[in-house]
Amino acid sequence: MAVAALALSVLFVTPLWHIGLTAPQYPEGLGMYIWINRMTGEKPQDLNSINGLNHYIGMKEIIPESFPELRYMPVVVVALLVSGLLVALWGRRQALYAWTAVFAAGAVAGLADFYRWGYAYGHDLNPRAAIKIPDMSYQPPLLGGRQLLNFHADSWPAFGGWVAVLVLAVALTLSVREWRSARARTG
Amino acid sequence: MFRTAHVLAGAALLATLGCATSSKPIGAAGDAASRVYVAPGEHDELYAFMSGGFSGNVTVYGLPSGRLLQQIAVFSQYPEKGYGYSEQTKAMFNTSYGFVPWDDAHHPQLSITNGQADGRWLFINGNNTPRIARIDLTRFETEEIIEIPNSSGGHGSPYITENSEYAVSATRFALPTPQEDMSIKDGKFGGMLSFVKIDPTTGGMTLAFQIHVPGYDYDLARSGKGPSRDWSFFTSYNSEEAKTLLEANASQKDKDYIAAVNRKAAEACVAGGKAKNWNTPYAHNRVGEDGMARTEMIKTQKVLEVTDCPGLLYFLPTPKSPHGVDVDPTGEFIVAGGKLATTIPVHSFSKMVKAIADKAFDGDVGGIPVLKYEAIIAGEVQNPGLGPLHTEFDGKGYAYTSIFISSEIVKFSLKDFTVVDRVPTYYSIGHLMIPGGDTEKPYGKYVIALNKITKDRYLPTGPELTQSGQLYDISGDKMKLLLDFPMTGEPHYAQALPASVLKEKSQKTYSLTDNKDAYATKSEKDVKVVRQGTRVHVYMTAIRSHFLPDNIEGIQVGDSVFFHLTNLEQDWDVPHGFAMLGAQNSELLIMPGQTRTLTWQPQRPGVYPFYCTDFCSALHQEMQGYIRVSVKGSSVPLVWNGGSGTLGK
Repeated sequence: MAVAALALSVLFVTPLWHIGLTAPQYPEGLGMYIWINRMTGEKPQDLNSINGLNHYIGMKEIIPESFPELRYMPVVVVALLVSGLLVALWGRRQALYAWTAVFAAGAVAGLADFYRWGYAYGHDLNPRAAIKIPDMSYQPPLLGGRQLLNFHADSWPAFGGWVAVLVLAVALTLSVREWRSARARTG
Repeated sequence: MFRTAHVLAGAALLATLGCATSSKPIGAAGDAASRVYVAPGEHDELYAFMSGGFSGNVTVYGLPSGRLLQQIAVFSQYPEKGYGYSEQTKAMFNTSYGFVPWDDAHHPQLSITNGQADGRWLFINGNNTPRIARIDLTRFETEEIIEIPNSSGGHGSPYITENSEYAVSATRFALPTPQEDMSIKDGKFGGMLSFVKIDPTTGGMTLAFQIHVPGYDYDLARSGKGPSRDWSFFTSYNSEEAKTLLEANASQKDKDYIAAVNRKAAEACVAGGKAKNWNTPYAHNRVGEDGMARTEMIKTQKVLEVTDCPGLLYFLPTPKSPHGVDVDPTGEFIVAGGKLATTIPVHSFSKMVKAIADKAFDGDVGGIPVLKYEAIIAGEVQNPGLGPLHTEFDGKGYAYTSIFISSEIVKFSLKDFTVVDRVPTYYSIGHLMIPGGDTEKPYGKYVIALNKITKDRYLPTGPELTQSGQLYDISGDKMKLLLDFPMTGEPHYAQALPASVLKEKSQKTYSLTDNKDAYATKSEKDVKVVRQGTRVHVYMTAIRSHFLPDNIEGIQVGDSVFFHLTNLEQDWDVPHGFAMLGAQNSELLIMPGQTRTLTWQPQRPGVYPFYCTDFCSALHQEMQGYIRVSVKGSSVPLVWNGGSGTLGK
C-alpha cells in the first residue's frame, strides 16, 4: 500500500494523459500531454501548431494557464500520496476502504471534468470560423480514437496516467482482499 | 567556352588519330531498374551534392534514384528563395568589385574529419570572380562567402585538407600580381595559391596566406591524406606562359607541372615573418546570429614569395596540360589527368619525398626545384583513352578516370597500373564522382559520370540541351550503367555521402524564440508600421492563413517600404511567401520562425495588393492584403490593422 501511494509521485515527472493527432499532411503527428500541473506539446511547438490549426474551425485557443484544475490537481495528488502513506502506517481496514473510494471518486470526477472541457472546446466554436460544417463538432474522444475532419485524434492515458490506474487497481485489490478475509473471519 | 574548345579538340583528335569509341550497346544493365528504384515514400541511400556550374547553385540529388531534392542558392541571385534580393541576403554578393550577382560554381567539397566526410559543411568555389562559399548542412543554406584576392579564375578550389584545416584556391588565369595596368604581350604575369583557414567549430573562413608562383594557369588541386596530409597539389597548364590562342600556344611542351606545396613549411615561414603584406582589398560576407549577412572589407593579406621560403614548393613534371590531380585513399599515389597526354601518369608520394631528400632535381624554375620525372613516377597507365581528366577511387585498389574526348570511364589497378575495364559515357564526361571516392574511406558502390553533352539522349529542347549524370554500378568487376538523369547548369564535380550522416540532423524550422533579427515581430500583438522620413518599416507577421497588418494606408510615392516579414509558424514544412505588385524585386520565401525583408518603392498612387506565394493552407488564396499609396506629401494618415494600428478598430 505504501509503495502504491509513493508511486503516485511519478505523476510529478511524467504526464497523465496524451492526445495525439495525425493527418495526411502530418505523417509525423502532432500531440499534447496533460500533466497534473501543465500542458505541453509532444514536440516543443506542437501546442502552437494545434492552436494554429484549431483556429480554422473556430475552436478556442488552448491556454494551459486558463485551466484551474492544473493548479489544484498537484494538491490533490500530494494529499492522496500522504494520506495513502498514513493509511499504510495505520493499517486500519476502514481507512483503506475510504482512501480507495476517495481515489476512485476523484478519478471519475477527473474524467468527467476532462469530458466537460473536451465538450466545451469541441462545441463552443467561433461563428465566424473559416471552416463551418453543419452539425459537426470537434470534441476529442475521452478514451480511444475518433476521426475529426482530416485529423485522427487518439486519447489515452500517458505513463503517469497508467501508473495512477495501477495504483487504483492495487488499492481496489487490497480492499477486496481485506473485505473477503474480514468476512471469512467474522463468518 | 570550355565545352566548345573541348569538343573541337575532340573532333580534331578523333579525326587525326582515327580512334573511335567502342561500339557497346547504348543501354543499361538488365537489372538496372530495380537497382535504382526507390519506392514512393522511401528514402534514397545517399545525398549527392552536384555543382550547378554556370547556374551558380548547388543541386541536391538522391542516389541511386537520381531524383532532384533541392537547389541550394550560392553564387547566383535566386528569386525563388529571395536569395540576393532580401535585405538579409544581399550582402552575400559583395566583392571588391561591388555587387556581383553571378558566379560559376565548380567543385563542391564536403568537410572532412580524419579523411572522411563528416556532414557539417559543404564548400564550393566560384570560378569567375574567385570566391569560396560555405553551406551549412543542417539548413542547406549558404552562410559565408569569402573572396580570394590577387586571383582570377578560382578553379583549383576548394579541395580541403584531411581535417578541414584549410580550403585551397589557385589562379587559373595568370595576372599582373598585384594587379596593375600593363601590356598583355610583354607584361610579366604571376599566379597565386591561396590557403583559407577553416575554423574547426564554426566553419568560419579566413584567408591565412597566399603563395606567389610563376604565371602559369593553375587548374585543379587536391590536398594529401595519410602520409601526404601536409601537402597540397595543384596542376598547371600553359607553362609556356602564352597569353593568346592558348589552345595551341599552351600545348607545345611535353610536360607541365604539378605544384606540390608543403603546408607545414608554409605555416612555419608565415609564423617566422617571411610573408609580406599585400594590400589587395577583398570581401568577406557572413551570415550573423541574427540571420543577416554582412560584409567585412579586408585590406591586407600575407603573401609568401617562394624564394623566401625554401622547401615550400616543388614542381612535379607531368604530361601534358594536366587537369585533375587526385590522391588515392592511402595518400601514396597522385594521379594526374593529362588532358592531351597519351598515358595517365601516377606519381608516388614516397618517391617524391625521397627525390626531395636526394635533391633529384632537373633544374629549377624561378627558384622552384623541378623534380626528376623518373625519380617520382610510380607508373604510367597505357592506352587509357583520349583526354583523361579526373580520377576517383573505390578503396579496393582501383582508380576510375574520366576520359573526356573518347567519352568513357576507365578503371585501372593501382597495383600494376593496367586498365581492367572501360565503359562509354553519353557524352563527353568531365569529372566523375564515387561517393567518398576522394576520401580516405570511399563508400564505393557507384560512380557517377558528369556529362557535358547529351545530344540525342533525351527529348530535344531547342538548341540548349541539358547536361546529365550517369550512374554506374561498380560493386563488381565490370562497371554497369544503371541510370541516366538530366542535371541543371554544368555539373563540374559532385560529392556524396550516406543519407544517415545528414538525415537526422536536418533542421525542420527556425526557433521563433531564438530569432534575433532586429526587425522580427514575434507576436501579432506587436505588428506595427513606423515611418522614418521616406523610409517606412512594416513589422509584419504571417501565419496560416493571414498577414498582419494586411491593410496599410498612408504610404506615399517616393517612399522606400521595408516589409519585415516574420513567419510565426513553428511547424515543419510551412514556409510563407510574399509578393508585392510592381516591386522591382523578387518574392520573399520565409521559413517558419524566420524574418526576411523585402524593399518596395511604390511608383504610382493607387491601391496595391500583396499575397502569399507558397501554397500554405486551404485558405492560402485568401492570404492577401492591400496597401494604399498616395501622392508625395499627401495628408492620408499612416494607419494599419492589427497590433497598435488604428485601421479597422
